[in-house]
Parts: sequence; structure tokens; C-alpha cells
Amino acid sequence: MVSTERTVPEFKTDSVELDKEEGLMLYEDMVLGRTFEDKCAEMYYRGKMFGFVHLYNGQEAVSTGVIRSMRPGEDFVTSTYRDHVHALSAGVPAKEVMAELFGKETGCSKGRGGSMHMFSKEHNLLGGFAFVAEGIPVATGAAFQAKYRREVMGDENADQVSACFFGDGASNNGQFFECLNMAALWKLPMIYVVENNKWAIGMAHDRATSQPEIYKKASVFGMTGVEVDGMDVLAVRAAAQEAVARARAGEGPTLIEALTYRFRGHSLADPDELRSPEEKEFWQARDPITRFATYLTEHDLATSEELKAIDQKIQQEIEEAVDLAQSSPEPDPSELRRYIFAEE
Amino acid sequence: MAETLFFNALRQATDEEMARDSSVFVLGEDVGHYGGSYKVTKDLYKKYGDLRLLDTPIAENSFTGMAVGAAMTGLRPIVEGMNMGFLLLAFNQIANNAGMLRYTSGGNFTIPMVIRGPGGVGRQLGAEHSQRLEAYFQAVPGLKIVACSTPYNAKGLLKAAIRDENPVLFFEHVLLYNLKENLPDHEYIVPLDRAEVVRPGKDVTILTYSRMRHHVMQALKTLEKQGYDPEVIDLISLKPLDFETIGASIRKTHRVIIVEECMKTGGIGAELVASINDRFFDELDAPVVRLSSQDIPTPYNGMLERLTIIQPPQIAEAVEKLVEGRI
Repeated sequence: MVSTERTVPEFKTDSVELDKEEGLMLYEDMVLGRTFEDKCAEMYYRGKMFGFVHLYNGQEAVSTGVIRSMRPGEDFVTSTYRDHVHALSAGVPAKEVMAELFGKETGCSKGRGGSMHMFSKEHNLLGGFAFVAEGIPVATGAAFQAKYRREVMGDENADQVSACFFGDGASNNGQFFECLNMAALWKLPMIYVVENNKWAIGMAHDRATSQPEIYKKASVFGMTGVEVDGMDVLAVRAAAQEAVARARAGEGPTLIEALTYRFRGHSLADPDELRSPEEKEFWQARDPITRFATYLTEHDLATSEELKAIDQKIQQEIEEAVDLAQSSPEPDPSELRRYIFAEE
Repeated sequence: MAETLFFNALRQATDEEMARDSSVFVLGEDVGHYGGSYKVTKDLYKKYGDLRLLDTPIAENSFTGMAVGAAMTGLRPIVEGMNMGFLLLAFNQIANNAGMLRYTSGGNFTIPMVIRGPGGVGRQLGAEHSQRLEAYFQAVPGLKIVACSTPYNAKGLLKAAIRDENPVLFFEHVLLYNLKENLPDHEYIVPLDRAEVVRPGKDVTILTYSRMRHHVMQALKTLEKQGYDPEVIDLISLKPLDFETIGASIRKTHRVIIVEECMKTGGIGAELVASINDRFFDELDAPVVRLSSQDIPTPYNGMLERLTIIQPPQIAEAVEKLVEGRI
């Protein structure tokens, strides 16, 4: 089944301000996400990790473009079941995410969460939410908290922004509309990032919604809604920077619809039979990493040798993450019931 | 001592905790300008402002989820369910997010929040407004479940719930808001995890909670005249159950009657019977008796509604039968 492709909004790169250091940082973050996920697939098929594993390949520009435009460890990030790469962009070390997938005590959720429940208080990663759309209210609550801290508790430094990632499928859920309404009503410092990858498992976006252009749904709440090319990290970054500035200035939330595509099935258990080869080819040709690599070299921000060095460095980091995950201890059976309640 | 209505006791608890800790706030439907459906937050917005008495749109799952996010990031939200039944719409947020997230996150986050409001069978409110959600939620790990029953314990328990680091489901009863009691002038806290021995006795242990406590006490008037001496325990904490107090009583009386307003199937009593058999079987002289509501949607008709929930004469009859060895 071939669905027609939406015209990707044109992004003019001449206005981009990007130095070498930041360019390499963005590139490295995307490569980290891709390499990590490829390793997950390998480990899953080798029987090293279990359960539902949803990989992010193809969508890296969205995570990197948004989260790397925020203040790491200070701003809040909320993700879905497809959360490994958001966790990495938010600064959670790859070894902690990998160890979590191996179910080990050294995992960021101590082996209790698994693939769909990555958490890190240190990095203000509020989760890893496995049910579609349930992270949206939680992220909105974190944004409310920042406003509350500033206006009620008198904390002038409370200008944190909360970014919430979810898919096109979630945009048909009531929590999406309910939270957009409240965030706009109270001018919360929120960025709603819908990663429209066209498919909610096997449900084509066009078959699920009466208005496929999700960013337009912001307008009924009086909220800014923008569509961006989700395969272009610079386009995403530009939209995110504007949204972050708006949120920090107390001017309220933004809905960013990033047009993107997942290069793998919904999960590693998905036979992926419904998406046409033509559609996959169309999007593969727009791979955000090769595209950005080309940009960097063409604009003399990096040499291909430098990029290759980053690729190798990341490869090394991921191998080390696997080594650590494999050699880490299982959780202590005597702690089976720990963490149910807060400890005194 | 000052004579205080039940809803005002809850209001005082909220007011005192909000004054004590600026991270405490209330959100829900009509909690601000309207003052709450049962006036528990009446006029508090004038003192604390609209952000701390946050009137929300009618969007239970989203505002409950927002409270979880606020709690994860350091605030202490109190969610008011205008009617606790409405929180069925927020079942996912209460179960998956409030209840389980601390564990799922491997201890990364704590969720200090209170979810409170009127539950129970009222007067001809119809099935949807006559819920006893404590039974539905008792299987969720990570939640504390508390039911208050008097102005005194309502105030002390709510203050304890607000200070607790865990999510607390706090059940009030729609027919108890106008009870009056003299409350101490000094500040006090009632611990969340302790059952209350309402009346010491030796013949039989009656385990009850919420409004049924008052039905039991009404039955007691007859029973006392007949010379019976039951021990009445208000469970207060429905999860976890206070087996220390329960066990001490069973070791004394060797007989147990449970009086509850929730439905029999999968109710609080069902869990109690199973746990009492697990822990105290050798102490029992007779099978545990369970007096519960009928397993039906609560009917509107007043006569049918009365037949749905346990009435004092049924309690008196059960005590007589059990103590006389006829059960």
C-alpha cells in the first residue's frame, strides 16, 4: 500500500548559525542513537534482550534536534515506548541504557523498567511511557511545576522547559487534546513534539485521522503549531530553538510536527508487511545522518575523516556499553520488593 | 476544642498543610472559585491564589497525569475527584503512573500525591455516582489506600497523607461530610497505617471502615442492651492492612465479622478473609463472616438502594448468630 507523501516544508539553511563544535556534537548524537539501536537489534536477535523492543532508526534528527536545543539535565524530557534514543540525547550514558535493556542492576531503571521504561532523575528524563499518549499529561505536569515554582514559590530561576515526544498515533488520543488545551490555557513552558512516522504499528496515519496535518491541530487552542522536515536535524533544531525561547519567555507551548520515518518495523517483533518497498526507499534516501554528514563536509564544518573518527568512537562506546551490560550483576533477589514505596 | 463539621475538618487540614508547605496545591474540577463540590476547599483560592487551587477543565486522566508529573518534579499535588467515581477515567494514571512508576523507574522518582474525594453510596445518586473504588484499586502496587470516617480522623489522616512521600488514595464518604465533632485546638496527625480500635470488646471482632463504621455503631446500641460485647475496629488503612491491630483483636475474640460497603466480589473483605486465613487460621473458632454490598450496580430507587448495602439490623443479627455459635 502506497500512500502519497506530504510535501516536506522547505527549510532554508542560509540562516543557520552552526559552528564546528556544535555541528559535530549534533552529528555524534545522531550516530550514537543509530549505532545504539543497531546494536540493540543484534543483541535482541542473539537472545540477549527480551520483551518488546522498539527502535528509533531513521528518526534521529528529531531527538537530537529538539533535546540538544534544550538545557541537558535541567529541562525535562518525556518519551514513549520508543525511548532509548531520547534517553541518550538527554545525556543518559549509553552503558546505563544498554544495561537496562539487559535487565541489569546498573541499568538506568535498575533493571526494573526495561526497554519501554527508561528513567533518569539525574537527567530529568521523566520516562519511558509504554501506553500511547500517557506521557503527555506527565510532561505537562512538569511544565506546570516550573510555572508554579516561579510564580508561587518565587524561584526566578525556574524557567525549565518540558519536551514531550509522541507519535502520530497518540495525536488521535484524548490526552493529546486535553493537554494542548491546558498548556495553552495556562501558557505552560511545553514543547509537544509529534514524530509523525506515518504508521501506528499497522494503522496508516491517513486511515486514522480526519486531519492528517497534525500541526494544524494547535491552532484551535490558539497555540503555535509548526511542521518541520524531521529528516533534517537543522530544520528540527531551528523549530525547537524557537519553541524553547517561546516557552522560557512565558509565552506558552508549541506543537512541532516532525515528518519522519522509522527505518525498521514498529518493534523487533513486527513483521512489517504493510509498508511498501517504494515508501521505504523514498524515506531511506532521506537518511538524516548521511544528509547531515554531507551538509557538514560541504560547509567545511567537518572532514569525512573527522566524521569517520566519530563513527569509530561511538562504535567503541557501544561495544563498551554491551560489555558493561553483560558483565553487570543481576538485581539482588532480596530487593525484589524494593522501590514499591518511598524509602524513609 | 471546637465543634467542627467533617468537610471543614478536611478543609482545615488542607489549609494548614498549604500554609506549612508552599509546594502543596490542589487541582481538580471546581476546587477553586466554586470551593469544591462538598466545600472542602471553600474560599481557599482567596488565600492561596488560582495556581494553588487550580480549577481544571473536565479532563480527569490528563489532570491526574499532570499531578503525577508535578509530583515527580518536586511538588505535592492533591487531586480532588469531584466524585471519586469520575477517577475511573484516570485509572491508567492512578495505576500505571502514580502507583507503579516509582518501582518501574528503579527508585528514580517518588510520587508524593494525594487523590481524594467523596466515594461510597449516597442517597439515590444512581450507579455511577455510588462507587466504591477502593476495591477496584486495591490490587495496584505502590498505592496507599485510606478511608476516613470521622471529622477527627479525617483531619489528621489528610495531613498525614499530604506529608507522605507516596501516592495516597484518600476516600471520604459522600454521606459523612456533615458529621460534627469537637476537634483539638492543637495540631495533630493521625498515622496512615494504623487501624483504630473504636470500641474494645471480647465477643467478636468487627472489622469495618468509612460509613459502615457508623452502621456498626448503630447496631451496637441494640447489641449492648442484649449484653453482647463486640470489639469494633475501623480499618482506616485499606492498603496496607494493619494486621498487628487486627491480629491482636482476633487473638482475643476468635471470631470475625467484616462489614463493608464495597461489593462482595473482589472487595476489601475478600482480601481480609484470605489474609486472616493465611495469618490467623488457628485463632479462629468460626469462619469469618462477610457483610458486603450486593454485587449489582447501585439502583436509583431508595428502597432497592437500602437493600443493596448492609443495614444495622443485619449487623446485629450476624453478631448474635456468630456469638451464639449458630454460624
